[in-house]
Amino acid sequence: MKKEFTISLFTEHHIGILNQVTIIFTRRQLNIESIAASGSAVKGIHKLTIVVNTTEDLIEKVQRQLEKLIDVLKVFVHTNDEIIYQEIALYKVQTTELMKSDIIEFIVRSSNARFLEITPEYVVIEKTGHKQDTTDLLNKLDPYGVLQFVRSGRIAITKQTKELMAYLKEMDEANNIKQDKDFVAEIKSDL
Amino acid sequence: MAKTRKKEKITGAKALLYSLLEEEVETIFGYPGGAIMPIYNELYDIEDEKLNHILTRHEQGAAHAAQAYAMVTGKTGVCFATSGPGATNLITGIANAFLDSVPVVFITAQVTSTLIGSDAFQETDILGISMPVTKWNYQIKQAEKIPEIISKAFYIASSGRPGPVLIDITKDAQLQTLAFNYQKCTSLRSYNPNIPLNPADIESAAILINHARKPLILAGHGILISKAGKELMAFVEKTGIPVASTLLGLSAFPVKHPLYAGLLGMHGNYGPNVKTNEADLLIAIGMRFDDRVTGDLKRYAINANIIHIEIDRSELNKNVEVDIEIHGDAKEVLKALIDQVKANSYPEWLSEFKLCNKTETDKVIKRECYPSRGEIRMGEIVSLISEKTQGEAIIITDVGQHQMATARYYKFKNPNSLITSGGLGTMGFGLPAAVGAKVGKPNVPVIAFIGDGGFQMTIQELGTILQYQLPVKIIILNNSFLGMVRQWQDMFFDKRYASTELVNPDFVKIAEGFDISARRVKERKTLEISIDEMLSCKKPCLLEIMVEKEGNILPMIEPGSSVSEITLCLSVNKDL
Ligand SMILES: Cc1ncc(C[n+]2csc(CCOP(=O)(O)OP(=O)(O)O)c2C)c(N)n1
Repeated sequence: MKKEFTISLFTEHHIGILNQVTIIFTRRQLNIESIAASGSAVKGIHKLTIVVNTTEDLIEKVQRQLEKLIDVLKVFVHTNDEIIYQEIALYKVQTTELMKSDIIEFIVRSSNARFLEITPEYVVIEKTGHKQDTTDLLNKLDPYGVLQFVRSGRIAITKQTKELMAYLKEMDEANNIKQDKDFVAEIKSDL
Repeated sequence: MAKTRKKEKITGAKALLYSLLEEEVETIFGYPGGAIMPIYNELYDIEDEKLNHILTRHEQGAAHAAQAYAMVTGKTGVCFATSGPGATNLITGIANAFLDSVPVVFITAQVTSTLIGSDAFQETDILGISMPVTKWNYQIKQAEKIPEIISKAFYIASSGRPGPVLIDITKDAQLQTLAFNYQKCTSLRSYNPNIPLNPADIESAAILINHARKPLILAGHGILISKAGKELMAFVEKTGIPVASTLLGLSAFPVKHPLYAGLLGMHGNYGPNVKTNEADLLIAIGMRFDDRVTGDLKRYAINANIIHIEIDRSELNKNVEVDIEIHGDAKEVLKALIDQVKANSYPEWLSEFKLCNKTETDKVIKRECYPSRGEIRMGEIVSLISEKTQGEAIIITDVGQHQMATARYYKFKNPNSLITSGGLGTMGFGLPAAVGAKVGKPNVPVIAFIGDGGFQMTIQELGTILQYQLPVKIIILNNSFLGMVRQWQDMFFDKRYASTELVNPDFVKIAEGFDISARRVKERKTLEISIDEMLSCKKPCLLEIMVEKEGNILPMIEPGSSVSEITLCLSVNKDL
């Protein structure tokens, strides 16, 4: 059974990393529903948030393949109940429409959206929320002529209590243990 | 080494070569061109010292040679190519090394950094092109980055599940100067190849092993990569469990050992394939359940629990659902397991394998390896050479029927003594691989079995053999067909031989043109003496053996069939 998964991918900030990541989705024949790239709470570590519709079985394989990429630090896969997520949408409407009646203003207020910019020619409305919310607003504004509409990729914060930092620390420790082992082996072979 | 070189300012090109020396590289396979000239210019001074450069005749040849060199020496191979066409010519070789998990560091040159992205002369996006077939790749645009990135490249290529790494270096970075300071890479925060074993997994695996009645080991390339041959032997001799091998696992376990059960897969042995579906436990070590091994997945391992020991976590549960995943290095896992498994023996189970072996011998092997009439067969050549070399040679194959015959009939004794293209099945691999293997192991006889088709894909490497006087022994098994494809046409396409018959050149004359002593064998009565002559030859030599034109490799698991449906005789419609 397919469902929606949100993948949070933490990577080194290298040129080409997005390419490496998308190759895996292409090879696994997965459509990316949305994607967002940004910094993370840890300096120098980049975060990709990717939404896909697929099965549990496949997502696990994809997760392992993503984690195998050398420049990927950690990959988390979450279902919607495990994350707090938002998208942002912007709408451009003609100012004349706004002036005709107060209906647009009413829609904007009641949708918890806001005016981002008002010029003599057009207004820009901003709304954050889940895809359904931003789509609802689009439908409501549609009769009044939406000149442009754009929605960002999903961004998400996970509910899990163990944070990336803790994982990074563990990974560092694992590396150090190995170095200690190498060192011991080296000393032994020198004897 | 690093100390003496620390403060002097050197070019990026020289820093690259010094970095290679720091990694104890001795041999580079490559081909020069415009963008990489600064590197070759520095090589001119260093070459005589310690770095040996082998000039192949095509970049694909350099790539395959570097891979074979890596496989026989256990070191990381190194390969140079120039930008643009030089780099793109490497791709098949890179993909081949990627699928077969072989560590090779590919160095490609790139146009000057300011020109990148402008479609400059001989500019290609080699990072983009090679991304799906490299373990890692990186472009260096500043000379100072060279030591750090090269050390990273070697670390990544050789650790964990090894694989090819490509480093693209712009021409300006080769020419800039830097103060050379080399530090070996020993860890990366985003990549940790050292997996701590989970004792609970080992324990549960041991319980399954100790309770199994019909266990079978599936030994893969991972055993060779982790140098776990001794551990495997100790494990097998203690537990008494029979060992079947994948194509790339061949030579990890001696073929003549009484517990060796045979080759798995499409043209493998009868016993291990059939018994895969009768076993109650499969212990898969360093292998990845490739479709050529499993046949129809829905009807694979139908009675068995599966323990999968594998260093690449993404291979676990990828193709086959397993009962116990052991994520780890084969050697370490086997070491841990040995103490927990009971000494045992399975005389009845083994006798079933013997019975299968007898069936296969009667129906296939006798006819193939010991024919008294008819044309020469591939199997008889391979088994004759196997006997005469006592399984001690390094064997190279190309891809096709001769490859399967070699895998089936050569009795491998020593680790890493079969160099073949497994995952990618690259025709043209054989001849350049023989070059690389001979350079890597000059004191071991290197014998390459190559088809008449595949030989012509990289035939230019005869020039490399000539130039470096590499005493490789080339055996062309000439059936005047693209044999393996013809076999499929025979079996599945009503014998409609579309574009598989070859009109071949005079291979003996060609060899002579390269100063390689050559001989053609057409009849059985001169076969043995020609082989003796070839084996005792101290120089490069070539033997062209005319074999049965329409011979088929059997047994075979037909596409879509289950391992237990492996056929010993050709399907009915053939006889009609
Ligand atoms: C580069 C490449 N092209 C095509 C194939 C498909 N293919 C597999 S086996 C084979 C025939 C090989 O013929 P030959 O080299 O004469 O060897 P034989 O099978 O006769 O031993 C072909 C064309 C391949 N494996 N690799």
